[in-house]
Amino acid sequence: MRLESRLVSLVVKELLVLLRDPRSVFVLVTPPLVQLIVFAFAATLEVKNVHLVVLDRDEGAAGVELVRRIQGSTTFSSVVPVHRPEELRAAIDEQRAIAAIQIGPGFSSDVAAGRPASVQVLLDGRRSNAAQIVSGYLAEILADFLAEASQREHRAATVPRVVARNWFNPNLIFRWFMVPGLVAMIAQVMGVIVTALSVARERELGTFDQLMVSPLRTHEILLGKMLPPVLIGLFDVTLYLVVAVTIIQVPFRGSLLLLYGSSLFFLAAVVGIGLFISSLSSTQQQAILGAVLFVTPATMLSGFATPIENMPGWLQAVTLINPLRHFLVIARGLFLKGMTLEAVVANTVPLVLIAAVTLTTAAWLFRRRME
Amino acid sequence: MSTLDSPGERSRSGRAGARRLLALMRKEAIQVVRDPSSILIALVMPLILLFLFGYGVNLDASHTRLGVVLEAPGPSSRDLAAAFQASPYFAVRLATDRRELEEALVAGEVRGIVVVPATFEAGLRRRGRAPEVQVIVDGSDPNTAALVQAYVQGVVSSWSALRAAEAGRRSSAAGVADRLWFNAARTSENFLVPGSVAIVMALVGTLLTALVVAREWERGTMEALMATPVTAVELILGKLVPYFLLGLASMTVCTLFAVFLFGVPFRGSVGALYAISAAFLVAALGQGLLISAAARNQLIASQLALLTSFLPMALLSGFLFEIGSMPRVIQIVCQLVPGRWLVPSLQTVFLAGDLWPLFLRNMAILLLFGAFFLALAVRLMRRRVA
Repeated sequence: MRLESRLVSLVVKELLVLLRDPRSVFVLVTPPLVQLIVFAFAATLEVKNVHLVVLDRDEGAAGVELVRRIQGSTTFSSVVPVHRPEELRAAIDEQRAIAAIQIGPGFSSDVAAGRPASVQVLLDGRRSNAAQIVSGYLAEILADFLAEASQREHRAATVPRVVARNWFNPNLIFRWFMVPGLVAMIAQVMGVIVTALSVARERELGTFDQLMVSPLRTHEILLGKMLPPVLIGLFDVTLYLVVAVTIIQVPFRGSLLLLYGSSLFFLAAVVGIGLFISSLSSTQQQAILGAVLFVTPATMLSGFATPIENMPGWLQAVTLINPLRHFLVIARGLFLKGMTLEAVVANTVPLVLIAAVTLTTAAWLFRRRME
Repeated sequence: MSTLDSPGERSRSGRAGARRLLALMRKEAIQVVRDPSSILIALVMPLILLFLFGYGVNLDASHTRLGVVLEAPGPSSRDLAAAFQASPYFAVRLATDRRELEEALVAGEVRGIVVVPATFEAGLRRRGRAPEVQVIVDGSDPNTAALVQAYVQGVVSSWSALRAAEAGRRSSAAGVADRLWFNAARTSENFLVPGSVAIVMALVGTLLTALVVAREWERGTMEALMATPVTAVELILGKLVPYFLLGLASMTVCTLFAVFLFGVPFRGSVGALYAISAAFLVAALGQGLLISAAARNQLIASQLALLTSFLPMALLSGFLFEIGSMPRVIQIVCQLVPGRWLVPSLQTVFLAGDLWPLFLRNMAILLLFGAFFLALAVRLMRRRVA
């Protein structure tokens, strides 16, 4: 048999193994889609529907007006007045409120006299990210309130106004940020797990020995194991792209050709890692746990949820060997920024290098295990 | 022939039952020790997670790359630019033409551009209308975009307050004095670390258990076990107790490293920590058993475990993303995730102290989840055998 036809039949066999069982087809298609849709709507760092408690010890006009304004903001779904400091404490302890506002006795007179007036805000530090965002919202409301109060008294100072404009995502919709990242992240998870399991399953069931005594050469077996996950990965990317644009309504402003081109190298790099894990494990359990052990830190060090520039310098250097980090820049760039050819190529070159390293290492390990 | 669920069998000899149970547990413990991957996931994974949360991954922006454009540099605008350069939040790149920086914004080299317009100096001298400072931010990352906006606002406010103070004028700018309870230093690892304890327990409790039991089904050894005089309860206990202990061990390792290496405060009691963890593990193990009974194949079991336990623990438990901010439907989904009842208890026991009303309520809910999952798993296993 000629090489190509042997290879084609091996790829067909691999795809059949995956696609023959309706349950495994279900597992390859449904969970990734559910993840994409649920997490697109769930994963938000915006803070909405916030519950507050207020202790107003001032009870003057200014305090009442301030509370009314906070109630009027759409961010806060309930602002409950309390009368004793212990009630404030209890509300935060039991997580009935994320923040408590305490308006001191002199607030109204301070505002009237133009003295610096302030209110105290107590925040639940167990949810410190959300709490600090809430504090920012409250500071903004208070600043506006005080600015208007002083304008009324004709004491307007020339404080420069900051006017903000958001490029690429004018309303700062969190989904627009999350969805391109999810597409890349889920493609990575599927690629690694499917590849890692394919060899480990054959080894566990003993069919790997049969494959080895067949006329197939080592590199043919390798290619036969690599191509199906890449094909499935490209199919997944297409599926996510369609769902992202139609159901979740995230704009795609770049070139499809560039997306597929860079996806190919990304998937090659990821499949190399899957094969690497596969050749190190002798059971499916080891392969799956190995894949989780790789995927979790790789996701955390990719900029998927937290920006890379917040990390210390040495850790930023470590992230350079992470394929997801480079592909995330491309995916977000193509979806939201309409990234240019040069920028995509600049971020694909590291993917090509990583793929070359992971695939050669995996092939070397693979051969060694087979002999 | 299976002896599942025959009450006469169960009561005949408690002693023999105890012996069988011990033998089963020993078999399982030997399997754990022999396969390094379970030890790896139970003891090495927590260290990797803690390490990453401790050193790298955080939401507190610092040294965010910011471009500052002075369209017509003058004394005041230079002074403002110096205020940006002095801020610990920003790494500033100066320019006099905004086009130069706009390209950098598209390429992701800067996160935002502050434009101090040519009319700024004149505007400051004029009374009445305040001058404008424009800030253009990269909205493709909304969280960083909002932080950049807030920090720019902060730098401009404190700069003008300082100028007003120097000029001997009274400033009306005064603000919120906020105090962050339980986490005064505002370090995000303090609330991320309890979350990583939760992730590791979900991995050990659900993923590992689902895999181990699915393998028995896949290889047909489950049927072999059921053909022995072991009862259903013994079989399930024999499977689950070793992983229950492994989960607690993993949680202990995680906590020791978090407290002694990373200095995360631990303000509650050890008893409360173990009680909460034990209640969660009952739910997690029940879920793992249910998945394996439904899947009976390691590929499917692993995908189901990742989808229903590991990812929800990271994304739907309130550990990283606020549940209150999610759409109503997804908030309801969150209530069905056991992790959602674990994470607040863990964050409380680490950062706030013992709050038994909260703990008892959450533990009761977790045990209900556990009872439901186990009952369903037993039903499914019986049907499989019959």
